[in-house]
Amino acid sequence: MLDKNGIAKRIAKEVKDGYYVNLGIGIPTLVANFVREDIEVEFQSENGVLGMGPFPFEGEEDADVINAGKQTITTLPGASFFDSAMSFSMIRGQHVDLTILGAMEVAENGDIANWKIPGKMVKGMGGAMDLVASAENIIVAMMHTNRAGASKLLKTCSLPLTGVGCVKKVVTNLAVIEVTEKGFKLLERAPGVSVDTIKEATEGHLIVEGDIPEMNL
Amino acid sequence: MINKKVAGVTEALQGVKDNMTFMFGGFGLSGIPENAIAELVKLNVKGLTCVSNNAGVDDFGLGLLLQQKQIKKMISSYVGENDEFERQMLSGELEVELIPQGTLAERARAAQAGFPAFYTPAGYGTEVAEGKETREFNGKMYVLEHAFDADFGFIKAWKGDAAGNLIFKGTARNFNPNMCGAAKITVAEVEELVPVGELDPNEIHIPGIFVQRIFQGAHYEKRIEQRTVRQRS
Repeated sequence: MLDKNGIAKRIAKEVKDGYYVNLGIGIPTLVANFVREDIEVEFQSENGVLGMGPFPFEGEEDADVINAGKQTITTLPGASFFDSAMSFSMIRGQHVDLTILGAMEVAENGDIANWKIPGKMVKGMGGAMDLVASAENIIVAMMHTNRAGASKLLKTCSLPLTGVGCVKKVVTNLAVIEVTEKGFKLLERAPGVSVDTIKEATEGHLIVEGDIPEMNL
Repeated sequence: MINKKVAGVTEALQGVKDNMTFMFGGFGLSGIPENAIAELVKLNVKGLTCVSNNAGVDDFGLGLLLQQKQIKKMISSYVGENDEFERQMLSGELEVELIPQGTLAERARAAQAGFPAFYTPAGYGTEVAEGKETREFNGKMYVLEHAFDADFGFIKAWKGDAAGNLIFKGTARNFNPNMCGAAKITVAEVEELVPVGELDPNEIHIPGIFVQRIFQGAHYEKRIEQRTVRQRS
């Protein structure tokens, strides 16, 4: 079974040379730490920066340079700043190659819910609805089950949706799963995790074909 | 040169009244019009509808207007950093319309650009699209969203001149350029008001035509919401 860093490490393998990537808050943010150093990738933050770098050194924080999580950041050579409409032109116009975000629930048809739990404080969707409605290549990073042990990979989402039929791949602490027209297709197992464990933790239809390899991290 | 310069924030906010709709630039606390907000607190205008990506924190940004219960309705994409906001929202005192961030930016840009409405894929199939017109283009579904209609737009830029030309800095740019010229009156405050002719026309982000009033802010706190650093190795 993987921890959050393990999930991020596995997703980092999906990041290819020349990709522009938007990372959501939480596990997705960790992905930047594991991207191969011999490839060129630019990270986009929807508040208006392309070419995001690491956090600044203490004393070098700039209130005018933050990411979408409102954290102080730095920029790398070749970076650019732009306004919010242009930022979402990059997203809506499908110029961003890969979007990695967290989720509360994913359904076997690719629906995603990640912004609202009715009855609890609603903070808002931020840019998530624009991202999932537009991106061609969406990977969800999340734990396979919630804190109560219930599956987060469902037949249909029970929470209010963020987007419909948009998730292509899910990487969890247990597995790598592709969302296909026929349901969740199991691609890889986390180290030491059996197919049966994954089946048990997956409420939606899980397709298992042949031997399922262990993730190569 | 058409002069947009006003003496200060008091003159800049002339005509602000109860029950108006305002747009505010800023993302979190970055690039917010600090001086205009402080003046609105002083004027204590009430019943406001505020369009802003976020709602500030308890003691800064739009949180200051919330403390005085000046806001009737917030239109935002993300509002989670503010206890007083949560209290007013849950008690029903404050009306909240949550909309996708890209839709918020584009509704401002549409108002600026003279488009009454536009189709976006964001929110299709979700509660955001409820009651809205939807339409298929090239096999994909879209939702019709409308341009904002606001009385004042409050903008914060880095540098500006009396002609109303603006240059923004870093990610403090965010919604600010999109909201210029999107309301009936655009009020821009800048950290540095430089003599006309000093700004290179090649480097101006927003031409003065989109700005009605400009002033140099008296003071900027520029508070950092999430101070994150890395260790020197």
